[in-house]
Amino acid sequence: MTAYLECLRGIVLREWLRFVQQRSRFFSALVRPLLWLLVFAAGFRAALGIAIIEPYDTYITYETYIVPGLACMILLFNGMQGSLSMVYDREMGSMRVLLMSPLPRPFLLAAKLVATSLLSLLQVYAFLAIAWLYGVQPPVWGLLYALPALLLAGLMLAALGLLLSNGIRQLENFAGVMNFVIFPLFFLSSALYPLWKMREASEWLYWLCALNPFSHAVELVRFALYERLSVTALLVCLGVTALCSVLAVLTFNPQHAALRRSA
Amino acid sequence: MRHLLLAATAAGFLLAGHTAVAATAYVSNEKDNNLSVIDLDKLETVATIDVGMRPRGLALSHDNKLLFICASDSDRVQVMDLASRKIVKELPSGADPEQFALHPNNKWLYISNEDDALVTVVDVDSEQVLGQIDVGVEPEGMAVSPDGKWAVNTSETTSMLHWIDTATNQLVDNTQVDQRPRHVEFSQDGKLLWASAEIGGTVTVVDVATRQPLKTLNFQIKGVHPDKVQPVGVKLTADGKYAFVALGPANHVAVVDAQTYEVLDYLLVGRRVWHMAFTPGEKQLLTTNGVSGDVSVIDVASRKVTKSIKVGRYPWGVVVTP
Repeated sequence: MTAYLECLRGIVLREWLRFVQQRSRFFSALVRPLLWLLVFAAGFRAALGIAIIEPYDTYITYETYIVPGLACMILLFNGMQGSLSMVYDREMGSMRVLLMSPLPRPFLLAAKLVATSLLSLLQVYAFLAIAWLYGVQPPVWGLLYALPALLLAGLMLAALGLLLSNGIRQLENFAGVMNFVIFPLFFLSSALYPLWKMREASEWLYWLCALNPFSHAVELVRFALYERLSVTALLVCLGVTALCSVLAVLTFNPQHAALRRSA
Repeated sequence: MRHLLLAATAAGFLLAGHTAVAATAYVSNEKDNNLSVIDLDKLETVATIDVGMRPRGLALSHDNKLLFICASDSDRVQVMDLASRKIVKELPSGADPEQFALHPNNKWLYISNEDDALVTVVDVDSEQVLGQIDVGVEPEGMAVSPDGKWAVNTSETTSMLHWIDTATNQLVDNTQVDQRPRHVEFSQDGKLLWASAEIGGTVTVVDVATRQPLKTLNFQIKGVHPDKVQPVGVKLTADGKYAFVALGPANHVAVVDAQTYEVLDYLLVGRRVWHMAFTPGEKQLLTTNGVSGDVSVIDVASRKVTKSIKVGRYPWGVVVTP
């Protein structure tokens, strides 16, 4: 058991070191959602049609609406960045060092997911603190309730990232991930606009958004921030996390890069 | 002190009559011809009561036993007994009553008749019209000073405040304010009168002794076009510290420091907010949002909107009983 803990500690520590050594990464992770909050949302302040939707009890500004979505945006980018670092590790050979550990491979991968998610949480709370100062103030207890929701959402996106990394052969392909994974996941979700608003525009867009697991991550966090539980979102997030994790373990092949080089 | 006593007596009566009755809000739904009853413990609509056509202004008798309702399209003021929630009287109000105010003697009701450019004074007990006073075009806002000396009416088209001496029921003075004054409210000490101007987009604070404007307040909300800032309802806290101004289609309520006249905050509520009422102890402020058909609840201490409660179509007036 201590071996497992020691291993988990090691992996988290390594991610942590990598994280603090790239201080610009921390700031860019914050700047992205802050730009959306302070610039985009300010511009669209009055554009959102007013309606009360769950979990809100009253009318809200657009800034208030998009904060949960932007918190999840941090998780999404970090999840994908985790996938990038897997590819990098594979190419640089540090993956082999990791795999020398006698512990089972699924555990190593899970530890990697946890490490990515924990680092994301730090950034999310830094963002929520700035949003708080800016005037977006969910109930104080909501910030605590949001912790497990953010962790699950973070795990789900990290698992998705891990699964994707198994399919990416080269570092350069990461731009493709941006275009074909991050953007559709983010824009076809309830992060920026409520789904009823989407439905006014088009029924099939609405369904794409409603089926997008990222929407459910956003809603899980949104509800938790307002001290409520969205059961559907919870079940979807649990299901997708489990599915992506299993698939990631099954398709995991550290030999990709090595094979290619020897060939 | 007198208010505290009144409130305590009223609470005593209510507790004796019913067991554990929560404070209740009554909201007039202009398009549904009924009142929504809100339980202020649960913060939800618990009943609706049918009343006359197009109910708008609401007022309570000073003992909180009777509710006066301006049934504008029925051309009368209805009197509801709140214990039985039945209409017990209909007062001759003159045509199209919109707002009214009850004199501190609990007997004289000053009613503005929007279509006839008149203020009608009715004795609530004898149901007799005591007088009719000619005022400007489209009279609307109505208030009686806490000492009972003045009844003030606003006329929307003439853009004036009309000062009526209640001893003689004669018009004695006028004060020009900005365009389309909708509502007037006396401060608790009776020294100041706050008047909102819907088209002017301002609130004028008038010195009651001289009947001259002291200060005009302007409002600017980030992201809202200035044309949409149309002040209507005004509520002042009893301690004289704050004023709340409902800004109509700007969908915000302004919180004003009543000493410095500085706008402290703008609170987002439902669409087209017009009138407001405090809950007992001034803990919360309720706002009627006409277009969105709901009532928003503002927590006065934290200056936050905590909830919006669905009511009927086009809620207009609101009163609260302890």
